[in-house]
Amino acid sequence: MQPTEAIGSRWLRSTTSIFLKDWHSELRTRYAISALVMFVVTTISVMLFAIGSEGAPPEVLAAMLWVVIFFGAMSGLSRTFVSEEERGTTMTLQLLAPPSAVLFGKLLFNLVLIIALNAFTVLLYSLFITGFVIKTLSIFSLTILLGSIGLAASSTIIAGIIAKANTKGTLYPVLSFPILLPLLLTVINATRLAAEGAFFEEAFGEFQILVSYIVVVVTVSYLVFDYIWKD
Amino acid sequence: MDIHLVARNLKKAFNRRVIFQDVSFTAGVQQILLIAGRNGSGKSTLVKILADVLSPTEGTVDLEPRARAMFGARSNMVGFVAPYMMLYDEFTARENLQMALTIRAMRPDKSYINELLSRVGMANRMDDQVRTFSSGMKQRVKYAFALVHHPPILLLDEPMSNLDEEGIGMVRDIMDEHRQMGILVVATNDLTDIHHHDIRVDLNAAH
Amino acid sequence: MIFRIILGVWLTVVICLGLLLPIVPRPEFWYQFPIIPGLEEKARILFFHVPTAWLSVIAFISSMIYGIKYLRKRKLDDDIKSASAAGLGFMFCILATVTGAIWAKFSWGTYWNWDPRQTSIFVLLLIYGAYFALRSAVDIEEKRATLAAVYSIIAAVTMPFFMFIMPRILASLHPEPILNVQGKVQMNTTMLLVFLSSVAGFTGLYLWMWNLQVRIQQIELHSTRLQ
Repeated sequence: MQPTEAIGSRWLRSTTSIFLKDWHSELRTRYAISALVMFVVTTISVMLFAIGSEGAPPEVLAAMLWVVIFFGAMSGLSRTFVSEEERGTTMTLQLLAPPSAVLFGKLLFNLVLIIALNAFTVLLYSLFITGFVIKTLSIFSLTILLGSIGLAASSTIIAGIIAKANTKGTLYPVLSFPILLPLLLTVINATRLAAEGAFFEEAFGEFQILVSYIVVVVTVSYLVFDYIWKD
Repeated sequence: MDIHLVARNLKKAFNRRVIFQDVSFTAGVQQILLIAGRNGSGKSTLVKILADVLSPTEGTVDLEPRARAMFGARSNMVGFVAPYMMLYDEFTARENLQMALTIRAMRPDKSYINELLSRVGMANRMDDQVRTFSSGMKQRVKYAFALVHHPPILLLDEPMSNLDEEGIGMVRDIMDEHRQMGILVVATNDLTDIHHHDIRVDLNAAH
Repeated sequence: MIFRIILGVWLTVVICLGLLLPIVPRPEFWYQFPIIPGLEEKARILFFHVPTAWLSVIAFISSMIYGIKYLRKRKLDDDIKSASAAGLGFMFCILATVTGAIWAKFSWGTYWNWDPRQTSIFVLLLIYGAYFALRSAVDIEEKRATLAAVYSIIAAVTMPFFMFIMPRILASLHPEPILNVQGKVQMNTTMLLVFLSSVAGFTGLYLWMWNLQVRIQQIELHSTRLQ
């Protein structure tokens, strides 16, 4: 009965099916996306009240952008694993797919989610926060892209961990922050460079760090996920 | 397919309590394995280990002869029905079955899905979300979910739970049918659930 | 027994030497320390701050290694060793952060200024905190051990990135020189000796405490198992 195809392509289909399951589930229930959009809107509004029309120095604005992005991620990226635990479907998924397919399927879902959310955040931020001007767009776009990928990578594996614990909500940022700190420091620095109008080459160091961070986190996630996922 | 489900010296313990130990058996095609024991004796734990969703503390479970490296290995060979196995609420019965195939990287066979859902008596509710179903209806869909990928091994934990007389009849038919060509494993308190068994694992004695 | 006594005596001697040996501008006798410009008497903190910082890192690595051992062999003894190492490491990390802040106050006027070393020890503190928050949030022993081990691995692989990031950030944000003389090898011989003895002494203290804690918990583990 089993079709004799390469295991690789079957793994890929498994992974995509898991991604699509989460995707369709989200489209149907819209739990995460509405809460996240409101979160970003609220947070940026609070910042607007705090900063007012005076604005703030570019480094500060760069850092605050990533604060909003970080907490947006903390609000939304654990759902993919936590919802399975809460509804009791973790075992169902264990019956259907190998652990690595689950990891990468959900990683892909979180990636799409965070990129969409960050695009929205950046849009609002650029429109409403005075003093936030990006002079080198190339640095900024690559930073947002790589930053989102790194954010998704770390957030997904940590989500896998906390889904199996109690007090998931408060635990998530506590565990994620030290892991994400290298990423945050790097992207804040790169964003500041972009705001100051630095040349693309000046940010090479940052991009190198981001890419290696992503590779390291994804690799380690793959290696340890089996232990987390299966009891 | 002539396969055997072989358990060797299975032991499970957690939080410093031994649930069971020294559980061994071999079950072949056309055989029924009964897992008996009081509440709390570890029947569900053993069933989960057989389904490969839980790791034993000691011992092994194997399918012999070892099949060539297959994608999904043991989980694709097993169909699992239990009160604690949950379907995806926000999806329809049909969609759940489709996912049971696509996530296993198998081709979704539309006609077989229709046939199976009719077989379990859910023909007119195929496209309704599972969240709208009663527990008896969900149990029926769970049977379809467990059979849709043609597994040689059927693992049933409390097979008749939530079912009315008609449902119980349906399950007996499914069990008889499956027994012709596969291995049937039933874990239950209620010995009237199955009329006869070939192998018995009594967990009351396995502490 | 003997080890305990030797350790006690050793550390007492080291601490006394560290605190009492005079600091003079031009050391003539072997028992005198030179003045380090800008630090003078405060240099004595070197004997306490550096060993605790060093131990908090060693303890973390040790915890991670025993965590990996647990993942491979699934023996709860390894988890006990891992958690005990982390507990002691946490304590030493707090000590290191506090002594570091005191040193910073004397040297640069503020308790905290986010220089690389202070930031690194702070991040380590956060990791320890997160580790124990995770442990307390899992009821089942085996699961707790697994998740804690996995988290310590993830934390350990992301920490090295700080080494590469710090220079880049500092070059742009903090132009003033921040790194000061901190245990460089140009130490006067007497100071070096006392310093190394202090490191050895504190390491011995850590190992003794760790060993004690592990043994207690192992007895508890194996006795409950006997039922």
